[in-house]
Amino acid sequence: MFIRLENVYYSYFQHTPFEVQALKNVTLTIDRGESVGIIGRTGCGKSTLIQHFNALLFPTQGFVMIDGDKIQKKGSQLRGIRKKIGLVFQYPEHQIFEETVFDEVAFGPRNNGVGGEELEETVKWALESVGLDYQELHKKNPFELSGGQMRRVAIASILSMRPEALILDEPTAGLDPEGKRLILRKLKDLREENQTTLVFVSHSMDDLAMIAERIIVMDQGTIGLDGSVRHIFSQGKILDQYGIKPPTTARIAELLRKKGFDIEEGILTAQELSEQIEEKILKGGSH
Amino acid sequence: MIEFNGVSFWFSEEETLIEKKDEVLHNVELVIPKGEFVVLLGRNGSGKSTLAKHCNGLLLPKKGTVIVDGKNTNQSEYLWDIRQKVGLVFQNPDNQIIATTVEEDVAFGPENLGVPQDEIRKRIDQALNIVGMNDFRKKEPHLLSGGQKQRVAIAGVLAMQPEYLVLDEATSMLDPEGRSEIMSLISQLRGSITIFHITHYIEEAVDADWVIIMDQGQVVAQGKPVDIFNRRGQIYEWGLELPLVSETAWILQRRFPELFPSLPLKAEELVAALCSFV
Repeated sequence: MFIRLENVYYSYFQHTPFEVQALKNVTLTIDRGESVGIIGRTGCGKSTLIQHFNALLFPTQGFVMIDGDKIQKKGSQLRGIRKKIGLVFQYPEHQIFEETVFDEVAFGPRNNGVGGEELEETVKWALESVGLDYQELHKKNPFELSGGQMRRVAIASILSMRPEALILDEPTAGLDPEGKRLILRKLKDLREENQTTLVFVSHSMDDLAMIAERIIVMDQGTIGLDGSVRHIFSQGKILDQYGIKPPTTARIAELLRKKGFDIEEGILTAQELSEQIEEKILKGGSH
Repeated sequence: MIEFNGVSFWFSEEETLIEKKDEVLHNVELVIPKGEFVVLLGRNGSGKSTLAKHCNGLLLPKKGTVIVDGKNTNQSEYLWDIRQKVGLVFQNPDNQIIATTVEEDVAFGPENLGVPQDEIRKRIDQALNIVGMNDFRKKEPHLLSGGQKQRVAIAGVLAMQPEYLVLDEATSMLDPEGRSEIMSLISQLRGSITIFHITHYIEEAVDADWVIIMDQGQVVAQGKPVDIFNRRGQIYEWGLELPLVSETAWILQRRFPELFPSLPLKAEELVAALCSFV
């Protein structure tokens, strides 16, 4: 029980005529080391939800526990939570402000009193974790980098706090396919090497099919579905009600099934799909 | 048609290029034929947006020329004409809407062109009908979804009755619903207007008449989608990827060389090939 939300309600503009209930009775547990994708239509409460994970928003009702501690609106505790749980906003490169890559990535740990060699080591680790070369880049102005590199510097500047969980809002939006692949691979490595908990908000089911193990579907401020990625992505008809199209591979598998190919449920990658097809071809076709 | 003749561009004010790395476009030779749906792909920083902004003279070549239906964008007397002819829609829907209601926003372009009032009304009706936003005409734009805002932005361009519609990553900040709204609008507009669509989503290129690929400021390949996506090795070298359908087919093709004469781009094509194979 690393991140725990219990009966959480959240309203924007509470006690005004414009009150909007963005979360309704959300109860949810994310364990250490999980890789979770949060999906749903625009406006379903995804962003509101993840801002509760590091105490950027506080429930109007219910409570949030991080690593066993109930979140109170107290400064001393919040600092610890935000260090433990790093939140990467959408288009995080828009928030880059320092003049060198080093200073940008060093900003967080410096504020926490890290200095000298330890700071350098931390920055180096954070940059290398996202696949950027420290020697080549640390003195550069971040604004001279490509879009994909800037995105990774921005992620590194959160990583440098050595968070135990990384919450990412649309981490691949606007990136070219290569930049996208690289970020997903690096996040995967990070999780394997450091047991970093990963939570993604994403509209790209194809991305999530590659990296998430669990999917939570949000719908009008509540949790619509919650289950393993294979299970959720094989529920084409149900997903449709939530305005979600399954990943491309699952859709191809469904088409093949309709043509009489006996393809298993829960296909995620092109590799898995082609293996299934190969098996059917070798068996001499099923129709 | 829009012709790029040996176009080079760099952002500094200097007349001559100081450092090779500052060159954003390098000797681009390209023709965007009238009436076609052309898709431009390329990694971040390959010069796609810079190229798009040359189509209507928002940027002017440092070397070479851009000719729109015979008119050189370098000649300032043509610029007014060219900008009316070539409409641009950008990435961020929030940065393109200026008025306080949808219909006022659509009216902005034709008003600036000095179109008479009743003609403006007609054009607003027409443009909003095409993009399917007529019910929202009195709405405040900030209350719309991303896809709806982009449709209003496109309506604003259509109201100027352009011959070319340039979409500079107009789908990249949208959710899947918004993206499919724009893609179906493209297929509806197709044929009546030239569409030059710049995108990172490979799937958005499979239906194009023509695909252009840029890398490091140069056009490195162009052709029909099926020909382009059958060059798998190069596709990845250019920082791109195959549509997942083609990628799946490619893996299968290594095992069964006769399975696909050429890699399919759409799920239906893949399925049809498999059905006739087994």
